[in-house]
Amino acid sequence: MRSEPRIVEVRQNVFRQNDGIARELRTRFRDAGVFVVSMVSSPGSGKTMLLEKTLTAMHGDWRVAALVGDLATENDARRLARSGAPVRQIVTGTVCHLEAAMVRDSLAEWKLEELDFLFIENVGNLVCPASYDLGEDLRLVLMSVTEGEDKPQKYPTIFHGADIAVITKADLAQAVEFDRAAARDAVQAVAPGLPVLELSAKTGAGMREFLELVVSRRKARGKKETAQ
Amino acid sequence: MHELSIAASIVDLAQEEAEKLGVRITGIHVTLGALCGVVREALEGSYEMVVAGTVLEGSRLIIQEQPVIVYCPKCREPRPLPSIQRFVCPECDSPAGEVIDGKELQVTALEVDS
Repeated sequence: MRSEPRIVEVRQNVFRQNDGIARELRTRFRDAGVFVVSMVSSPGSGKTMLLEKTLTAMHGDWRVAALVGDLATENDARRLARSGAPVRQIVTGTVCHLEAAMVRDSLAEWKLEELDFLFIENVGNLVCPASYDLGEDLRLVLMSVTEGEDKPQKYPTIFHGADIAVITKADLAQAVEFDRAAARDAVQAVAPGLPVLELSAKTGAGMREFLELVVSRRKARGKKETAQ
Repeated sequence: MHELSIAASIVDLAQEEAEKLGVRITGIHVTLGALCGVVREALEGSYEMVVAGTVLEGSRLIIQEQPVIVYCPKCREPRPLPSIQRFVCPECDSPAGEVIDGKELQVTALEVDS
C-alpha cells in the first residue's frame, strides 16, 4: 500500500518574476515622468496604423516614442519611423507576447526623462498578453469593425484587463454592417464601465477624442501623484 | 500559446522550493484563476512535455480551478461569477464591481517524498 504523500505548503505566484519587473518599470516610468500606453489586439486590427497616426499627431507637441513587438519582421518599426518619433522594434521570435523583461531590456539605452509618452505595441494576440503586466499606465484593447461584434465574448480576459476599448476601422463599419450597439454591449458585458471609443485612423474620424483621452489620463496620473 | 513557458516556470519554482527542503517532488498543486489567461488543458499537456526526461517525470500536476469572485456594489457582497463572459451579479443582475479573486496562478503546495 502506498503511503499518503507528504504535502508542503508553498504559495508562490507563477508570474512573480514578470510582476516584479513590471513593478520596477512602473516606478521608473513615474520617476521619469513618462506616461506609458500599451496596445493589444488580434493581428490586423490596426494597431500599427493607429500608432503611426498617433505618433505623427503628437510629435511636436509632446516628446513621444514607441516600442513595437513583432514575431519576426521589422516592417512595423520602419513604417512608424516615418512619424519622426524614436521607434524600436522588439522581435520576439517565437514568443507570442511581450514580457516586462523585454520592455526593460529594450529601454536600456533610452533616457526616459526625455519622454512624455511611450507607446508599446504588443504582438498581435488576444490571449497570451493578458497574463503579462508591462508596467504600463494605460492598456488599450483594439477591435476592428471587420472582426465581428462578439470579440469581447471570445476573449473576456484581455478585455477585462484593459483600461480603454478602441473600435478601429470605423470607416468600414457600414460596408461590413457593423452593429455598434451590439459591440458596445459585448464590451460592457465583460468589462462593466470600460470606456469605448470608435475611430478611423485612416480618415481621422474620432482621432481627436482619442488623443484627448490619452493626454487627459496622463494629466490625471500627475494629479494623483501630487495628491499623495 | 504561452502555456509551455508557464509550465516551465511552475516546474522551476517548485524545484527551487524542493531543493531548499531537500525533498523530491511527486506532485505540484496549483490554483488556476479563471481570469489568469491560462488554459487548463494546454497547461496540463505542457506540463507533461516539460517534465519528460527530468527528475519530475511521472509527477502529477493537480489543478484547482478558482472561479472569479466579484464584489457586487448593489448586494454589497462578494459573488462568484458563473461565466467570465458576463460580469454581472448572479443574484441581482447588476454590473459587477471589483474582482476580488480569480486572477491568480499560484503554486500552492508540493507533494513530496521525504
